[in-house]
Amino acid sequence: MAILITEKTRVIVQGMSGRIGGFHAADMIRYGTNVVGGVTPGKGGESTLDRPLFNTVREAVEATGAEASLVFVPPPFAADAIMEAADAGIKTAVCVTDGIPSQDMMRLKRFLRRYPADRKMRLIGPNCAGVISPGKGFMGIMPPHIYRPGRVGIVGRSGTLGYEAASQMDALGIGVSTSVGIGGDPINGSSFKDILQLFEADPETDAVMMIGEIGGPQEAEAAEYVRDHMTKPVVAYIAGLSAPKGRKMGHAGAIISAFGESAQEKVEILAAAGITVAPNPSSMGETMARMLAARKAA
Amino acid sequence: MDIHEYQAKEILARFGVPVPRGGLAYSPEQAGYRARELGGSAWVVKAQIHSGGRGAAGGVKFCRTADEVHSFAATLFGKQLVTKQTDANGKGVYRVWVEAASDIAQEMYLGFVLDRKSERIMIVASAHGGMEIEDLAENDPTSLRRMTIDPAVGLTEFQARELAFQLGLKGGQIAQMVTTLRACYRAYRDLDAVMVEINPLVITRSGDLVALDAKMSFDTNALFRQPQIAELRDRSQEDPRESTAGDHGLSYVGLEGDIGCLINGAGLAMATMDMIKLAGGEPANFLDIGGGASPERVVRAFQTVLADGNVSVILVNIFAGINRCDWVAEGVVQAYRQLGLTLPVVVRLAGTNVAEGKAIIANSGLPLISADTLAEAAAAAVAARPQLAA
Repeated sequence: MAILITEKTRVIVQGMSGRIGGFHAADMIRYGTNVVGGVTPGKGGESTLDRPLFNTVREAVEATGAEASLVFVPPPFAADAIMEAADAGIKTAVCVTDGIPSQDMMRLKRFLRRYPADRKMRLIGPNCAGVISPGKGFMGIMPPHIYRPGRVGIVGRSGTLGYEAASQMDALGIGVSTSVGIGGDPINGSSFKDILQLFEADPETDAVMMIGEIGGPQEAEAAEYVRDHMTKPVVAYIAGLSAPKGRKMGHAGAIISAFGESAQEKVEILAAAGITVAPNPSSMGETMARMLAARKAA
Repeated sequence: MDIHEYQAKEILARFGVPVPRGGLAYSPEQAGYRARELGGSAWVVKAQIHSGGRGAAGGVKFCRTADEVHSFAATLFGKQLVTKQTDANGKGVYRVWVEAASDIAQEMYLGFVLDRKSERIMIVASAHGGMEIEDLAENDPTSLRRMTIDPAVGLTEFQARELAFQLGLKGGQIAQMVTTLRACYRAYRDLDAVMVEINPLVITRSGDLVALDAKMSFDTNALFRQPQIAELRDRSQEDPRESTAGDHGLSYVGLEGDIGCLINGAGLAMATMDMIKLAGGEPANFLDIGGGASPERVVRAFQTVLADGNVSVILVNIFAGINRCDWVAEGVVQAYRQLGLTLPVVVRLAGTNVAEGKAIIANSGLPLISADTLAEAAAAAVAARPQLAA
């Protein structure tokens, strides 16, 4: 089953006729993702990559039954494109775009709350690598071949650090059920906790690797959820041990600006909640392997 | 993006925040002239730099005569002002603000920030201002009042009134506070700010509210639709290495160590720096080369890292997704030859086109040190440092 995407999920790409959108859509199709069409306002009726293009998300949903959308729209227009997807009845949107103004995200999150729970869209990202269920399909920009199919979920802010975790696990023979990038922005669609809830409910996921970083309250919120509600084991790593306070480390959200936002403080919070914290970024795979072995033995 | 105090005051005044009368000076003579122009018998002279803590660092002075204004301003211009918020180099003073002195009865704190938990704009206020918010949170936490604003509705008058009463204001001050709060909120919202701070917001002896200091910071991602704010950027207040790197699509933060880092992705960059530290080294910088990096951008990244004279080793760590290892490897080889490098360079490549990338490194004939994993790369970089005399 995995989470968020399987081989059956009907996916559209907003911005598929663009250079970058087209490049990654082609990669997704090669991997076996069920891409059913694209949306580019003004190009309705044309086609690209042997898939039909539509002017609006609503038309695309009506014609193809699309359930998920990958948003490859430039920052000034991205929040609007995501709201369009939500209004057209898309269930899951993944937004790769980096550089969306924070007030656009604030208004977008408020907008998503207007829908009743049964038709409320889930947003992953923005500023993320995307979502992959290895062997089934992916929506995003990751190199899909580094992921071995398996039963460990990955959730992280950083794309490349997520690749690092997947390849360390692959080297030890550990595969992935689904890997989710939640993005490096201060306001994002889904939090660590949101994704942990999905992994907890997924029968094909046995354990979760959670990769956090400095800045923001979401790792602490996730720790509370793991402690109180999660039955599956979680291994974590927090990047930014050597990051100075008050300096933005690349990601708009990677800045220590309040108590509890430094790497050391987050590690303490996670460990106190019973999460196994990898001592360094090159031992994420090992730590997961040791934990899985201990579980098996028990 | 930060702006100067006088610019923040001008903006906030346009939205209706009461500010003291003042004038900007680019020279000591002009400062003295501003004092005479403003009139009165007392002025405050304030160095304009992008940093807090100016008062304690000697950048602010209360003056009784226009000559005193002139002579104090003369000590400021061209000076590198070091505050507890700047690095050891401080920030250069090229503009000075001269203001009519206010008669202070009480100092309050007022801030607007982006609250990541509620994903809304939050007002933080205290009836006791004048000190930094961090110190206020530590020394006087019960005085802090917080209120979040629904983006669909904006700051309502009743919320603003509630806050004014909570701060103990009376009579006409209530209406003044409501005006000030709503003005700050509109400025924040309309101009894509990420922070507005008035500290202190004072009550004068005649009972009126005045913003004695003001700070605003803006969302760089929104500057495309705020051209009048984008124009306020002051490069003299930025780290030249960081702003030059930014011009070339590189995200760079200078640090204290000697191992120069070129990495793709912010998370991997932070993790690599952590790994260097755990291996016993110190990173010289954070640098994210971004996605789809061309060989030219990699050469530029080398130049950026090498502009720091402390760098004794370079570590390149790439896990390519939308990058290509072969392009990065080409860039490393070009940089090594073009820049005539002699210091050790450790290269770790993984992901897209890794075999081609590794072949380029191996066949280059250059003394590049290859590593396969993150741990190996960090250990190799630490080991490759020239042995310093202990």
